Amino acid sequence: MAMLELRNLTAGYGQVQILWDVDLALERGKLTSLVGGNGAGKTTLLRAVMGSIRPWGGSVAWEGTAITGLPPYRKAGLGLVLVPEGRQLFPRMTVLENLEMGAENPRARRKMTHNLERVYTMFPRLKERAGQRAGTLSGGEQQMLAVARGLMAEPEILMIDELSLGLAPVLVLALFESLLRLKADGLTMLLVEQNVRMALTVSDYAYVLAEGRVAFEGKASEVAENPEVKKAYLGI
Amino acid sequence: MILQTLGVSMRFGGLQALNRVTIDLPEGQILGLIGPNGAGKTTLFNVINGIYPPSEGRVVFLGEDIAGRRPYRLAHMGLARTHQIVQPLTDLSVMENVMVGACYGRERLGLSAARRVADETLQFVGLGARHEQMAGSLNVAQKKRLELARALAARPRLLLLDEVLAGLNQTEIASMVQTVAEIRRRGVTIIMIEHVMHAVMNVSDRIVVLDYGEQIAEGTPSEVSKDPRVIEAYLGDPDLAARLTGSVR
Repeated sequence: MAMLELRNLTAGYGQVQILWDVDLALERGKLTSLVGGNGAGKTTLLRAVMGSIRPWGGSVAWEGTAITGLPPYRKAGLGLVLVPEGRQLFPRMTVLENLEMGAENPRARRKMTHNLERVYTMFPRLKERAGQRAGTLSGGEQQMLAVARGLMAEPEILMIDELSLGLAPVLVLALFESLLRLKADGLTMLLVEQNVRMALTVSDYAYVLAEGRVAFEGKASEVAENPEVKKAYLGI
Repeated sequence: MILQTLGVSMRFGGLQALNRVTIDLPEGQILGLIGPNGAGKTTLFNVINGIYPPSEGRVVFLGEDIAGRRPYRLAHMGLARTHQIVQPLTDLSVMENVMVGACYGRERLGLSAARRVADETLQFVGLGARHEQMAGSLNVAQKKRLELARALAARPRLLLLDEVLAGLNQTEIASMVQTVAEIRRRGVTIIMIEHVMHAVMNVSDRIVVLDYGEQIAEGTPSEVSKDPRVIEAYLGDPDLAARLTGSVR
């Protein structure tokens, strides 16, 4: 059974429908990516899954149990964790305080010391800067902190919205390498990413979203070879 | 050429939003302006439209250097635009909104002539039945059409369309694309910023691609869709992906 499964999910804002009957499944221990051009509906899908917007229709199931209408904090309590686009850190709080904020749910609080050590091992820069305000970090460090804060929540599934947006190539590489380490540890992940080539390189499975619908899906290696990917982005 | 941008650059503090963009636009064409988020597309519209004077370079419209000329003066010359986030005057009727375009546009019409033009324009965009409705009460697709009608009522020679297809469903997209093609058939030159790629590739004569403020490609839709720099801008750098693979294996 899929760890998380969306069936016929529809969602939008006001009168504007963004998602049209999206089916998507995340398998345990796999890294799945969701790619697609501007305005394809990727962020809306994450919001509808997380519950920060209410889906118009369809269902979200967690190991077979419907969780569609649960509020975000309840989903986070189950272990469904989102690293949002634009990081959304607490800029005036320190790096350590931001990390502690990630561990607010009871499951995570119990494992806080262990997880803190784990994220410091993965991102030594954050340990060096533990006492520094998050707002003073570089863009790459802030993205590391956003991922690390997500990990502090003791995720069963980590969903990341735009890991590499706006970062220099060397940082993009470093962040993707950390994803590969998390994958090796068996974490289930959903990656939304504008750098399609990078996303498909690290993923097991991929969905291509175009104009709010799943245009096609498949093993990441097969999707990478599919000329339809280019078409989904460039129209021809 | 109805419009030329000659080495247009725009800086906001340390951010180079546009870097020496040069476009020649012959009269009667549809030019598609595409590029990833943050490429500088709307900034280029804002420069052409006189919202910002360019940091460098010239904008020539109908043979005159218009860099720095105010938007209302450009509207008198025949330059009109729509906005990505529609900007109706919500407490005026649909009719009054479009009359505003006619009164302050190229012909600077009086109220009765403006009413006539607004009426025709509303028929043309398919809002003929909604004259008296308050603009704020329209749905999204109708507001997009109202935005278009207000720009058209200014009787532009050049029309700048900023994402007129965003937020529309497939049927509405097809219908709006037909409307755009019909506007061009009536002799209006068009630049359209658009993310609905199949539509913009279909309706444009030529495409200009911006990425981080740089003009990375220009040509027919089929030429730009094969251009390696364009593919890289949209799909990511293949070399970086190869380095990542190298690091795992």
